Amino acid sequence: MSADRQRKAAEIRRLLDDEGDSVYANTTGFNDGRYESVAGLDDYEGLKEEARAVKEDAIQRLPELVETLRESVEANGGELYVADDADDANRYIREVVDGRDVVKSKSMTSEELEVNEALETDGSDVWETDLGEFVLQVADEAPSHIVAPAIHKSRAGIAELFEARFDPDADLDTAADLTRFARDYLGERIREAEVGMTGANFLAADTGTMALVTSEGNARKCVQATDTHVAVAGIEKVVPSVEDLRPFVELIGRSGTGQDITSYVSLLTPPVDSPSFADGALAPGDDREFHLVLVDNGRTEMREDDDLRETLYCIRCSACANSCANFQHVGGHAFGGETYSGGIATGWEAGVHGLDAAAEFNDLCTGCSRCVDACPVGIDIPWINTVVRDRVNRGEDAEFDWLVEGLTPDADPGGVDVQKRLFGNFGTLARLGSATAPLSNWVAQSRVGRAAMERLVGVDRRRELPAFRRESLVEWFDARGPQVARADADREVALYPDAYTNYVQVDRGKAAVRVLEALGVRVSVPAAGESGRAPLSQGMVATAREQAEAVYDSLEPHLDAGRDVVVVEPSDLAMFDREYERLLDDADAARLAADSYEVMEYVYGLLENGADADALPDGDGERVAYHSHCQQRTLGLEPYTEAVLEDRGFDVVTSDVECCGMAGSFGYKTEYYDLSVDVGESLADQFTALDARDRTVVASGTSCLEQLDDLLDRPSTHPVQLLDAVQSR
Amino acid sequence: MSTDTIPAFESSLSELGVDLVRTTAREFDAALDDVVEQPAVGVPLPFAGVSLPDAVSEASSVDDLEDAATGVTPAGYGIASYGSVVLQGGPEGVEPVSLYGDTHIAVVAASDVLPDMADAIPRIAADIRDGRGEAVVATGASATADMGALVQGVHGPTNVVVVVLTDR
Repeated sequence: MSADRQRKAAEIRRLLDDEGDSVYANTTGFNDGRYESVAGLDDYEGLKEEARAVKEDAIQRLPELVETLRESVEANGGELYVADDADDANRYIREVVDGRDVVKSKSMTSEELEVNEALETDGSDVWETDLGEFVLQVADEAPSHIVAPAIHKSRAGIAELFEARFDPDADLDTAADLTRFARDYLGERIREAEVGMTGANFLAADTGTMALVTSEGNARKCVQATDTHVAVAGIEKVVPSVEDLRPFVELIGRSGTGQDITSYVSLLTPPVDSPSFADGALAPGDDREFHLVLVDNGRTEMREDDDLRETLYCIRCSACANSCANFQHVGGHAFGGETYSGGIATGWEAGVHGLDAAAEFNDLCTGCSRCVDACPVGIDIPWINTVVRDRVNRGEDAEFDWLVEGLTPDADPGGVDVQKRLFGNFGTLARLGSATAPLSNWVAQSRVGRAAMERLVGVDRRRELPAFRRESLVEWFDARGPQVARADADREVALYPDAYTNYVQVDRGKAAVRVLEALGVRVSVPAAGESGRAPLSQGMVATAREQAEAVYDSLEPHLDAGRDVVVVEPSDLAMFDREYERLLDDADAARLAADSYEVMEYVYGLLENGADADALPDGDGERVAYHSHCQQRTLGLEPYTEAVLEDRGFDVVTSDVECCGMAGSFGYKTEYYDLSVDVGESLADQFTALDARDRTVVASGTSCLEQLDDLLDRPSTHPVQLLDAVQSR
Repeated sequence: MSTDTIPAFESSLSELGVDLVRTTAREFDAALDDVVEQPAVGVPLPFAGVSLPDAVSEASSVDDLEDAATGVTPAGYGIASYGSVVLQGGPEGVEPVSLYGDTHIAVVAASDVLPDMADAIPRIAADIRDGRGEAVVATGASATADMGALVQGVHGPTNVVVVVLTDR
């Protein structure tokens, strides 16, 4: 395996060992809290739409709003400075601070600037007063999470750190001891400092009001105790008016750490006039200085970039990190760049620090899409990751260009990494593999074959490879033909044969055909080709678009004939429903999305509309453990499978992990194998728990089935196979 | 204000571990005496017929603030659905007095307790346009999970008590 893959694999293994448990406990706690907290809102979706609309409008009108904000801040008696980049911002802030001591509240934008280091060169003492940031300052470490920066550290680790650095009089045995010690220590720093530095979560242009979303009270103290207030924020934080803050105030805590609201949401219209501290006395606060430093640092270019623009809607709540299975297991030290971490970090890092910073961790986004519904402003985070991956592909030279360019039929240029190109061309691979099976399987699975694959293209030899079937689903169907006469059919369906169902998991395709026929549906199986999911997941957008167009051309006559499109593989249905709007003409994409159904969703619809359920086998109380596919859950389709199985008399429990960790090609890649298995263990644990260990395992996605087969001692199948009279008994 | 706003406020506060004390302008001193621990600092209260009891003095130094067991301030609004109080700071010192004591006692008029955030934000916005430069929507005690477990009482108060003036 290449040196780069080896380095990545080793770093991930280290983080899984050292930080994984702490990160997992915290992020899954935040994520569970999010589900619970948003459920308490009367109109969660409506608030999200409102928040999104405010951001869309604000970014659209940004230059004008910045000028309005400038007028407001100046009218209030403060100064506004727009800094082109980090150096420009630091130069301005150093001038204002002028060597005085600074106390800071938490601000990711200040991390982006590395302003502490800049100020320290002038002799300023700079103290982070947020406890998590304070821990990291003492430890000289980077944040592992954008909201809770020290979640990778345990209580014992923090106690050790404080004892080594401060040699405190009292023992620091509990979290309360540690908190008290830090508060007292930082209390003295706050008392002595002359400058208070904060970020700003939102800035209202019309009044010059800033919102600070906090819980500890340190930001309030930093502003109040000092006589100079410096606030640092990206230009994207500006919204038109104070009233626009409402949806964000209600959503940000819920989306992030799962709190309905954080302890303090400060709406400050600086300079504020609370009394400040001067030599132990309370001094009038009416001549407090206020400087708002708005940082551009690449944001104007992001605003002009059709694919990165949405990143600017981000309110840095951390929902995309907490809802991400990979992030939950490995944290922001792997899943992050120079400043930002989590799914949206790819957009921030690409825009602010450049493509290289994003390229380091961008592959950790598997496109599972669990962050999409969690994001309070509805950013299509997987798409941003895909686009950046595509740009990284185009910007690099790969070692085997001459080899793969000639052999692979894709539309993407030479720069694509050989491993990505292999997985991106899965459809071709599967077709050739099927045509030459079983020989292709013997070669691929031989020891020599696996070693070569691992060394040359980074396919981990510990992972079982899919076995290609000699007879594809399309061939099988063509030979047998439709079994329901047109005259007898209640409906007609084109069953989409995705590459896995067509060449590997052929049995689930046959089961789908027979189940639909049992319910009075006339089925056809058009050879529609690959959906484009495989190349898209590798960032090969041009190839994905070509395939999407070809699929649409194949399916269009079926749509014209009034047939519904039924899809077995959820990741391909998600292509039709979500990604095709980025790849096809709007009208075509909308038409296909409207007429496409997941197979169990379609069965549910047939049964609801009078199809004879008794035509399907009786579950007779069979105990089933069901894992829904990540993209299927994002589309809200998981309940249909549960409902159909329960209706047929199965006893169903459903997993609640966000993703199985396999994610298409991800779990095959040498550098990510260990992480993939670590993520999968969370699912395996649920299915080997006392109540589930004897249950029949079913899963909707190919990847999920592969992962479960690798991690469990018992086999797994697609739920439609339980309903197929031929296979189920 | 609808009649069930105060009970809703009380229920939200109770989930946060915050006591709600109902009193009237006439009985305010006695009600406050029950919850104030010494030493106590406070800022003048803007409600008609209500003033700080003798047991609560105005802070004159940073030490007064740091030594305080209790800080008493008015709150501009209560927000029933969240159990929040809106602290509108200014020269009289609402901000430091509400921050430094171990217990913060927020006094709010019943007529200023609003049902939801959708009611509160427009009121806060109007006050901002009238020149009130600070509004902190404060909900429960200060808290952190940064030290390996949830701890209440970080840089801000450990306990919060909300006193509702039912006749104001």
